[in-house]
Amino acid sequence: MEQHSDSFLDNASAALKNTEQAKRLDMIAVFAPQMRTAAVAGFKEFDALRDHVKRIRQHSLDHLEHYLGQFEHEAVNNGNHVHFARDGEDLNSIVLDICQQHDARRIAKGKSMVTEETSLNAFLQRAGLQVMETDLGEYIIQQAGETPSHIVAPALHKSADEIRQLFQAKHDLGARELPETVDLVGEARQVLREHFLKAEVGIIGANALIAENGYSMLVTNEGNGDLCANLPRVLIVCTTIDRVLPLAEDATAMLRLLVRSATGQSQTSYTSFYSGPRRETDVDGPLETHFVLLDNKRSEILAGDYREMLECIRCGACLNHCPIYTSVGGHAYGWVYPGPMGSVLTPLLTSLEQSQALPNACTSCGRCAEVCPANIPLPDLLRDLRHEESVKKLSAPRWRFGLKAHAWLARRPSMYHTVTAIAINVLHLLGRKRGSFSRLPLAGGWTSERDFPAPQAKTFMQLYKAQIRQNDE
Amino acid sequence: MREQNQEQTAAAKRLQVAFFVTCLADLFRPSVAFASIKLLEQAGCDVTVPLKQTCCGQPAYNSGDYESAIPMAQQVIALLEWADYVVLPSGSCAGMICHHYPKLLDDQWRDRALQLAAKTFELTVFLNDIAGVKPQGKPLSRFPTVAYHDGCAGLRELGIKEQPRNLLREMCGIEVSELQQSEACCGFGGTFCAKMPEISGKMVGDKLSNAMATGAQILAGGDLGCLLNIAGRARREGQNIEVRHIAELLCNEIDTPAIGEGS
Repeated sequence: MEQHSDSFLDNASAALKNTEQAKRLDMIAVFAPQMRTAAVAGFKEFDALRDHVKRIRQHSLDHLEHYLGQFEHEAVNNGNHVHFARDGEDLNSIVLDICQQHDARRIAKGKSMVTEETSLNAFLQRAGLQVMETDLGEYIIQQAGETPSHIVAPALHKSADEIRQLFQAKHDLGARELPETVDLVGEARQVLREHFLKAEVGIIGANALIAENGYSMLVTNEGNGDLCANLPRVLIVCTTIDRVLPLAEDATAMLRLLVRSATGQSQTSYTSFYSGPRRETDVDGPLETHFVLLDNKRSEILAGDYREMLECIRCGACLNHCPIYTSVGGHAYGWVYPGPMGSVLTPLLTSLEQSQALPNACTSCGRCAEVCPANIPLPDLLRDLRHEESVKKLSAPRWRFGLKAHAWLARRPSMYHTVTAIAINVLHLLGRKRGSFSRLPLAGGWTSERDFPAPQAKTFMQLYKAQIRQNDE
Repeated sequence: MREQNQEQTAAAKRLQVAFFVTCLADLFRPSVAFASIKLLEQAGCDVTVPLKQTCCGQPAYNSGDYESAIPMAQQVIALLEWADYVVLPSGSCAGMICHHYPKLLDDQWRDRALQLAAKTFELTVFLNDIAGVKPQGKPLSRFPTVAYHDGCAGLRELGIKEQPRNLLREMCGIEVSELQQSEACCGFGGTFCAKMPEISGKMVGDKLSNAMATGAQILAGGDLGCLLNIAGRARREGQNIEVRHIAELLCNEIDTPAIGEGS
């Protein structure tokens, strides 16, 4: 996907002015945490399971090569083809090759953030294939020519009215007006059903790969994943290498955290395990199945300081609980993954230079880490990325030098107390009457949004030292 | 003789507290530091204010300038580690010492950081959970309705939630009015508020609306960063709410100008 992370502040500014969208995001900020809290409260093992799954994820990543090998072996035994893709281009060409081998014209696609990362749709369309997204949210944004604004709910930014207008513009509705939400869903379902039946190739993602049996696991609430997987002749599962888990029970343990964290449900409507092509005794299912396992810098991340990020299970809880995400929405982040997890992943998967603002879009409030089912210390990882920016001198010079000057002064206590006392005394004299400043030189960032409270008359150190002197006399 | 022994034991039992003023209290609101010291003394502590203190290093640390933050952290450790307890009137500075110094430092300094972390407490935690003796406080001169803002670092790094409410209840007879979305950040975030002012403005605007919706006359909190931010926004919007540090309430210093108010 084309990246616009370098204009994060402008994107955010535009998003904040979009009052309709801001209102919907405000609702998400209220309801999503309530739903997650209720789901977790009703599941006493949540914290224990979180620790358990964390150990499993660490173990699988420690032995990634082994488990990937085992997965490949088992999957091939089940009759699958397994491909490893070094980067996005590689994945796209592998998928296109498979489609072309089968003279496919139409692709039915399930929701997959990985293929957003590789821009698979655009690539296949350029090769003349018709690709239809079948997750309702993905379908909506595909029709609108937009990108996902949330990793779980891709069309979160769109209102029912906007979706109605979109369908009116794109679909042949005749006299139908689609007044209710249920009519909109019905309309999309009708269009998609036809496509499922005509598609030659289905493409889906995976929430986990299971090494012991070579299966992949997928959760959906719409059942579109199963239709993509079972109706077309060929199935391609696209996911990343870090999704592999040793045992089936590891995948189901992870599932119990994932769904509660993502949507507040105890279980999604559909949880599917895909084993391979149709067997002789099966009445349906694909005739040929492929796994395409993408690396795209995961190996590098695994070997570096941010490997915990690979433990992310893509639930979206950190987005829903992030005050920045729920202020500006997902598009402001300018690439595939938004919110706290995206602000860590984007610099790692693209470059820190292109995504310099993202690690700074954080108040270190810690709510993301608190709710993260994978126990990833997101604020620490974001701070470490800011450290990298500081070392590479990517941050704004006035901040870098300002902080260095502050630190220099703070290490010289007597000078610090003298200098700050002078500054504070002046500020007090200027501001005491009104009590605050509506404008102040060098504090434009602060005063553009709020007054700057004036200090009390003297600094504590001035007063306290005077007290000591008095007592001594 | 026996009496003298008892006196000595009592004196020996007094907790030796090093008070870390925090830079924002030092510069913007010394009354918070004086009130905190008074409360600690009432709770039976011998309070020392090491004079060479400046800043805990959070601005540099959170901006990713670890190289500047490390010597500041070492300076603070060397200055405070002699005490039985270190108390500060700020959840975020206490969180910095307790959780971030050990991450920032290596080897011997890390060990010293961990030892300091074990005896470092935010003011309301210390008064409510550690000191054993509650300060008697001073009866309030008026009985305002009070809402409480939970600073993020205090809330999530140190688990501060009940302590300030409990102190306000027991010492001042105040039952706190709760904010909607009380777990949401106020948008201060140190340098964040100046680096991303528009987003910060949206966040502090929301926080202030939720505070106003409680109908409280005073919004109290335990972190001056948050309080300066919210008070500044209240002044900008012309909202009539007093923003104060909890130490001021516990000491009945509520007749002075609130944060951002003129004299």
